[in-house]
Amino acid sequence: MGVLGRQEVTTAAVPARPTHHEPGSTNTSRKQRISAATKSLTPYGFVAPSFLFLLAFGILPIVVAAVVSFTDLDITGLANPDNISYIGLENYRRLISDSDFWRSLQTTGIFIVFGVPSIIVISLTIALGLSVSSSRLFRVLRMFYFLPAITAIVAISLIWGFMYNTQFGLLNYLLTSIGSSPINWLSDPQMAKVSVAIVAIWRATGLNIIIFLAAIQSIPRDYYEAAAIDGATGWASFRWITFPLLRFALLFVTVTTLIAWLQFFDEPFVLTDGGPVGATTSISLFIYQEGFSFNRFGYASAGTVVLFLIIVTVTAFQLRLYRSNHA
Amino acid sequence: MRNARVRLIGAGLALGALLTAFPFVWMVFTSLKPLNEARTYPPKILPSTVEWGSYLTLFRELDFGRYTVNTIIVVMVGFIGMFFMAMAGYGFAKFEFRGRRAMFLLVLTTLMIPVQVTLIPTYLILNSVGLTNTVVGIAMPTLVSAFGIFLFRQFMETLPTEILDAARLDGAGEFRIFLSVALPMSTPILAVMTILTFIAGWNSFIWPLVIAGQQENYTLSVGLALLNQQVSINPALQMAGASLMVIPTIVLFVLLQRHIVQGFTMSGIN
Repeated sequence: MGVLGRQEVTTAAVPARPTHHEPGSTNTSRKQRISAATKSLTPYGFVAPSFLFLLAFGILPIVVAAVVSFTDLDITGLANPDNISYIGLENYRRLISDSDFWRSLQTTGIFIVFGVPSIIVISLTIALGLSVSSSRLFRVLRMFYFLPAITAIVAISLIWGFMYNTQFGLLNYLLTSIGSSPINWLSDPQMAKVSVAIVAIWRATGLNIIIFLAAIQSIPRDYYEAAAIDGATGWASFRWITFPLLRFALLFVTVTTLIAWLQFFDEPFVLTDGGPVGATTSISLFIYQEGFSFNRFGYASAGTVVLFLIIVTVTAFQLRLYRSNHA
Repeated sequence: MRNARVRLIGAGLALGALLTAFPFVWMVFTSLKPLNEARTYPPKILPSTVEWGSYLTLFRELDFGRYTVNTIIVVMVGFIGMFFMAMAGYGFAKFEFRGRRAMFLLVLTTLMIPVQVTLIPTYLILNSVGLTNTVVGIAMPTLVSAFGIFLFRQFMETLPTEILDAARLDGAGEFRIFLSVALPMSTPILAVMTILTFIAGWNSFIWPLVIAGQQENYTLSVGLALLNQQVSINPALQMAGASLMVIPTIVLFVLLQRHIVQGFTMSGIN
């Protein structure tokens, strides 16, 4: 907002007085006006700050991770570089034989296999419901569904953790009051996976509902009218009109949701800290723990490189699908 | 017939919406309960008396005042990043220069690199320049996002070049033109980005967790995550902390709903 305020004040003063330069621009470029100005260093001046930040925090980390993954960098190496030594592929060799690493990959796989379809079915169902009317009520309802998407995951996890509590939590109270037996939401290894996933699903639907809704509303209404004349309504019109035309949105949501599960971190970190006995340790949590709980930076970097390669593969696959869908 | 169907769907959706919003209601109610009441079993929905004690404890006995200030600093630094992104978007949209395509492609490449991949190496990078254990360091890794640059570029491409050229003829410097001509014409995208930047900074968790180091640098999210260890001790306090984090974003959302939904739809997932 500060930026906005300043420019409103300065607008009036523009033409009147000569102004100082952008550091990158030169005197000659000003004199020769537009054509020369665009050839000057000015554009680099505009782009440089962002570009340098992206290089430092987007590209450089990949290089650093790759280099560090060939070393035994730990807390002593952080204090004194003399304690770092090159160990070749040792970290990767250990990773392959580390059952914790494989379990975290497997856990992430389970989250993807069950989480992706759940999020898609729930979001699409709600979006279809919301699309039947554009009345005020329906617009207000849309807001409610979107709420979890903008609130802090830590706060959300805490709220759910309180509801899951086995001593005085609300959910077990509701279960027992309808005659069902209480559930060990977070202490049973199988159930903990489900409980943690429920929170993530609850949070992820809001955004995907909006994406699906936008896609559904962009389908021309006459398609449905023409189909109705031919006798296709309800399920048939969904199956043969809506569904095929949502193909692109479905693909987009599938891939982004899949990548989101690959990055799954906050909910298990707050709710279970990866437990019980590692049942909810995702690949991201595994990397975090190796790095910051055990200070094995070299080893964690090897895990990082593996996760990066997985994500690159998924993204490349996504791009291919996009292309074949556009062709 | 159609009306009955719409009403039925509306009722179903309303039920779902209440279920979705219920955890937030439960959070607020619990935060206002006296300590013992928050832990009673069976739980009561409404507090018998409204008590603000938990909120006071957050600020008096715990350091949430400091965490709030730190969070606001992180958000503010984020706005500097937003300004950089606007500059870059303008540069890519309105100038021809050598390497533009290649640079923009590199910007887009960083879109597919998630936080978790850069976690360890970024920590090592920040550590080597002495920015770990600082509040400013927390905001660094996410200061500039490829997505923000992309959004600014998309919008600024639509700005009429004639107006920019007219300002040049009047002798305005390039940076002045950006500040006084291009930015004021870009208020719609600035509105969207302001909200997204606020939400991203306010809610950020993983970087504060990794970079903050000591308690005096904690943000609300990290302070809140640590309250979790007190789960069996004081749920009212936890829910007060959660409310402190969640309510500002909900208020902002209700006020600026349209911009937020638009922004998030453009951002895909984030």
